[in-house]
Amino acid sequence: MDEGYLDQFVSLFDEFDVLAAFWVNIQLTLYAGVIALVVGTVLAVMRISPVPSLRWAGTTYVTLLRNTPLTIIIVFCVLGLWGQLGITLSSDFQTNFFRLAVLGLAAYHAAFVCEALRSGVNTVPVGQSEAARAIGLGFWPAARLIILPQAFRGAVAPLGNVLIALIKNSTVAAAGSVAETSGLMRTMIEFRPDVIFAIFLTFALGYVIIVVPVGIATTSLSRRLAVAR
Amino acid sequence: MTQSVLFDVPGPRTRRRMMVVNIVAAVVVAGIGAWVLVLLDRKGQLDAALWRPFLQPGTWTDYLLPGLRDTLRAAGLAIVASAVLGLVLGLGRLSGSRVVRWLAGTVVEFFRAVPVLLMMIFFYAGISQLRVVEPRDVPLLAVVLGLTLYNGSVFAELVRSGVHNLPRGQREAALAVGLRPAQSLRIVEIPQALIAMLPAIASQLVVILKDTALGAIITYPELLDAARRFGSGNGNILQALLVAAVVFIVINYALTALAERLASRVGRLTAGTAKAEAPALAATIDQ
Repeated sequence: MDEGYLDQFVSLFDEFDVLAAFWVNIQLTLYAGVIALVVGTVLAVMRISPVPSLRWAGTTYVTLLRNTPLTIIIVFCVLGLWGQLGITLSSDFQTNFFRLAVLGLAAYHAAFVCEALRSGVNTVPVGQSEAARAIGLGFWPAARLIILPQAFRGAVAPLGNVLIALIKNSTVAAAGSVAETSGLMRTMIEFRPDVIFAIFLTFALGYVIIVVPVGIATTSLSRRLAVAR
Repeated sequence: MTQSVLFDVPGPRTRRRMMVVNIVAAVVVAGIGAWVLVLLDRKGQLDAALWRPFLQPGTWTDYLLPGLRDTLRAAGLAIVASAVLGLVLGLGRLSGSRVVRWLAGTVVEFFRAVPVLLMMIFFYAGISQLRVVEPRDVPLLAVVLGLTLYNGSVFAELVRSGVHNLPRGQREAALAVGLRPAQSLRIVEIPQALIAMLPAIASQLVVILKDTALGAIITYPELLDAARRFGSGNGNILQALLVAAVVFIVINYALTALAERLASRVGRLTAGTAKAEAPALAATIDQ
């Protein structure tokens, strides 16, 4: 690395706003994450309910969405919902693409949130509910006081995995014409192919800086909340 | 229904009430489905003209099957390469030397944190620059490399956790009969870890197959790309994407079923289990 290479590389940042692109990915993650958490929770409740038709509906949604590539879902949102059905989520052109991408990301990750919550419920041994009934608690008190608190603790680690997957998958919004990091990286490499390694490392390290703390936080949180058995 | 944590076995009154709730819920679910169909019909999306092409052989032989072939080719190459890389990195993480462990750990954590799409774009641009391979083969190579680095790191994590989750007695017994630590790994621990990993590997195959669709973004002509090209030529993008999604769902559903069957059968062959932990520092995911 001679002086010239570094100078040329630094000059790139005057021309391209890398931080703004990362901010787009973080926004995609936040919006899609909140929606996915709500929808995924509803799906999880459906799947663990004693009502067969609701269970079937939840299972069908999860099976279909989990086995479809996210790229198809995002392209479907943009070319299908907007291009062919004329569904617009915003009058502003760019915002419309952003919201369609959020919709696709949320629909896909809701299925994984549902599975994470279900695996949390599965960490609770049947003996816990038997004991709750044995001391005379009805359905709601048993669920509220005994089962769900333990289920949420068991779901922290898998939910953290879903969040990490969502952060990384927000780059796929590029397939939906959203101006985010992967698109910007592509433009920068086309513009300055001579510093391709430095460009890639910049973006890659940006994701390492975002993802690794999330991984550490959720892992330590799940350990701290873990129910000693 | 099986005994769940949340619910008792229902009595006669609850059974009657559940039947009513069940019927109401079924009507609501069916209603939502019907409503979507009505909306699609209003937009003219249910016209036979838009769906008929998928019953004609030309659609499949010219577009979808070549696309599926390229999807499977990329996935197959990536699976083999990931297995090799995963074994190498996994052995690195179990190595006796601290430097090797740290190096392998850093590589694994790095490639599990970087989005696969960024790697694909980087390789696509980088390999094109080098001008050492045919321009036709660049997208395939970029897709396979991106998938391999990520999934190889996931496999490495599986190897490590598989060995760590073996009962301690396995290694102790191997050392007690006079094997060296490296021999114990090779003859006793790794084989059992690999068998314990089988269900996790099968579910990782679903991830690899789904991620090949990212190749559409870097001009790799796989199934999604083929469906998009066909759909934009015939004005039925929506239908083409749905058909492509169904093909993916069928293959992945079969792989998931295989993973579940493996999970129930390998229990007898090994003393351990394996699963990938969340990406964090080497001290310490995606479905």
